[in-house]
Amino acid sequence: MTKGSNSTNGYKVIGTRPIRHDGYDKVTGKALYGADFSISGLLFGKILRSPHAHAKILSIDTSAVENMDGVKAIVTSQDLPQTNWTKEKDAIMAKTKVLYKGHPIAGVAAINHHIAEEALKLINVEYEILPAILTAPEGLDPSSPLIDETKKNNISNHVKHELGNIKKGFEKSDVIVERTFDTATVHQGYIEPHNATVDWNSSVQDEKVNIWVSTQSSFDIRGRTAEILHLDPSKIKTTPMEIGGGFGAKFDPYACPVAALLSKKTGKPVKIVHTRKEEFESTGPTPGSNIKIKIGATKEGKILAAEATLAYEDGAFPGGVVSAGALCAFATYDIENVLINGYDVLVNKPSTSAYRAPGATNSNVGTETVIDEIAEKLEMDPIEFRLINASKEGVRRADGPKHPSIGVIEVLNAMKKHPHYNEPLPEATDINRGVAIGFWMNGAGPSSINLSVHPDGRINLIEGSTDIGGSRASIAMMVAEVLGIKAEDVTPSVVDTDKIGYTSGTGGSSVTYKAGVAGHIAATNLKKSLIERAASIWGVSPKTVSMENGILFSTKDKSLSISLKNLAKDLNDTGGPIISNGATNPSGAAPSISGHIIDVKVDKETGKIDIVKCTIFQDVGKAIHPDYVEGQMQGGTVQGIGWALNEEYFYNNDSYEMANPTFLDYRMPLALDLPMINTEIIEVPNPAHPFGVRGVGEASITSPPAAIANAIYRITGIRVNQLPIKPSLLMESIKK
Amino acid sequence: MSKKIHVKTTINSEEVEFLCEPRQSLLECLRDIVGLTGSKEGCNDGNCGACTVNLDGRIVDSCLVFGVEVDGKEVNTIEGVAYKDELHPIQKAFLENAALQCGICTPGFIVASKALLERNPNPTEKDVRFWLAGNLCRCTGYDKIVRAVLDAAEKMRVN
Repeated sequence: MTKGSNSTNGYKVIGTRPIRHDGYDKVTGKALYGADFSISGLLFGKILRSPHAHAKILSIDTSAVENMDGVKAIVTSQDLPQTNWTKEKDAIMAKTKVLYKGHPIAGVAAINHHIAEEALKLINVEYEILPAILTAPEGLDPSSPLIDETKKNNISNHVKHELGNIKKGFEKSDVIVERTFDTATVHQGYIEPHNATVDWNSSVQDEKVNIWVSTQSSFDIRGRTAEILHLDPSKIKTTPMEIGGGFGAKFDPYACPVAALLSKKTGKPVKIVHTRKEEFESTGPTPGSNIKIKIGATKEGKILAAEATLAYEDGAFPGGVVSAGALCAFATYDIENVLINGYDVLVNKPSTSAYRAPGATNSNVGTETVIDEIAEKLEMDPIEFRLINASKEGVRRADGPKHPSIGVIEVLNAMKKHPHYNEPLPEATDINRGVAIGFWMNGAGPSSINLSVHPDGRINLIEGSTDIGGSRASIAMMVAEVLGIKAEDVTPSVVDTDKIGYTSGTGGSSVTYKAGVAGHIAATNLKKSLIERAASIWGVSPKTVSMENGILFSTKDKSLSISLKNLAKDLNDTGGPIISNGATNPSGAAPSISGHIIDVKVDKETGKIDIVKCTIFQDVGKAIHPDYVEGQMQGGTVQGIGWALNEEYFYNNDSYEMANPTFLDYRMPLALDLPMINTEIIEVPNPAHPFGVRGVGEASITSPPAAIANAIYRITGIRVNQLPIKPSLLMESIKK
Repeated sequence: MSKKIHVKTTINSEEVEFLCEPRQSLLECLRDIVGLTGSKEGCNDGNCGACTVNLDGRIVDSCLVFGVEVDGKEVNTIEGVAYKDELHPIQKAFLENAALQCGICTPGFIVASKALLERNPNPTEKDVRFWLAGNLCRCTGYDKIVRAVLDAAEKMRVN
């Protein structure tokens, strides 16, 4: 059993593993998630969706529903504000054209969801079906239909990054490998479907739209719903409910504006909860892609040139993730000559969303399998080859910035000397080992934290970051560290948008970084105020008062000392309550590097692929709560394994309908499919964070597909060129 | 709307009566009629296990059982796992092993794990993984869940 790092480096709270504050509610079924919310007078909404991947809407006839028993309201795009029509509005309910199967067209509110569902069947929409495209290469074909007819082609975004001169770099190279990969569209697969309950109080004096929702960003939901409905943001209050997973896909407002319009029409609160089919067909996914990678190196093992051409599905609307995929493509290596072209390509699929290191896994599977192939051709150890070319602080990334502190070398060295890398493989020829590394630059953003003092000396912590995997605990721990108290003596809450300053979303591995900085500021301010209060009670200078381990004391006079608990009891009588806050938009997020060693077994009779043993290494900067850091590493790893082996949006030939929109057929990894996921936490501190934190949630997903593909090559001699690596495809290649 | 049917059942050792439509699943009845929202809906087609409850000693996906089917039967949900304010060893083990991240799948895993340990107090890792193959977790990669169940089993054997 690998427990990973548990170093506290002189810290008292950071690096320990306290029980999370919200744990009790979550193991007893008491925690309230979005779908659990209820309110007096609640109605239930359902959304009518397009059955076609691409079609003109000729007419929408709702007359059969209008007087149906139990139906209370129907809305279409006509109910959205008509001026300044935007793509965002069109994504909420289509006006003239549907762009994917599942595109919303109308909403119905009824006294229960069964009636709302029945009502949908009676809405009559006439379509003129248009030819559709599903993949990025199809979208790039000049003969393909245009998704946005106001544009010349289906490319919604082109990024180009260039360093040096790749032509010269390839000319000087002794070995060049060029490969093309196709990766399937995949879904984030969180277990809790999207949901929203909206109550529109439209009284003239006190108009307020209350939204209770599972979201990664309550402030994004407020802002984007405000834009779509032409409301001032202060007229919307978003309450983030407990969230049942997101992985990047729970930022979009989806049903919120529809539920809002239904609530406005009925004067009652309306709840909409997606079905799993709606989740697959109308939310998420992360793009399928076509990846071309070409890398050249000298016979001594120095990479001289690297070229990537990335074409990512964008879905029906702009906003894809190729930019991040391009940024990450070669970021772990110090390469003089680089050319990266990335294209987001509109296709007739739901608008793509972020998914854990969005875009990076796609490009990584290309880069890290080509790297493996070059190392093999040079007869070099694959980790040694990577070490020769490893990026370090100060190296310029192809997209411009120089790397801040970065732990590529530390991760590679940890992998190289690890028993898993050095232990002999089983004698069976159907098992072998692959390695790969991955990169995510990590995010930051504005964050607000409020602290106050309970009368018993515990500290109340208010924050705006949705807690998706233990961040309440990690933020409380950082505050506790500053104050010298226990983690359990901080009581954290995530509150609505009226109760805390702006806080950007829980995504891009930003929360522990940015909320840590804000929490550090707030806790430092609180400590200062507590010291000043003790000093004023004692009539001494605050400069002579210190606070450690929850005790305030004079550094000059040993008789002067008071516990935080006793000071807190009398705050009201000694000058009034003490509060503090930290509000900041910190720069200085630093990248996290992942590395995987994966032993794979291939059944040569059937092509079935099993993961036999897996170790993830990750530079996390500083692990605040190592259990939840390991959890991020393990969870991302298993999502990467699912992406590599099983998961895809499957379309039958000539059909534009996803054939597998259930968890039975969209097969995510089960407990039975997996071994234990061993973790090795590497801590190269980020100097721009008070405790050295880097984000930890993303990098872990990026490198498993390449590590698995590299292991499969060592077993079968086949260089995999697509994801998922299906047994059927493997068998075709084995037979050849 | 069809006529509602009267159901008399036992939920978490309490006698409960409710009215439901024949088409309403047990999950829907628990959540929307009885007011027990601890069982979660992740898929509504029996593939994720977030709605797992114990029905007359067997674990079932409550989304695949009609509410009317539990008339005269005994249902145990996540809300009945802790005894008053004392957490069940499995619940404690989930907390101590950090076996949850978002927590939406946790009630189903705990109800399923409890049924496993009642049948097999000394399961192997493979036994745990096999038994829990009907419960999806997307956050944890299952590692800490499996460890928590093995840890709870050990502690329950000692006591």
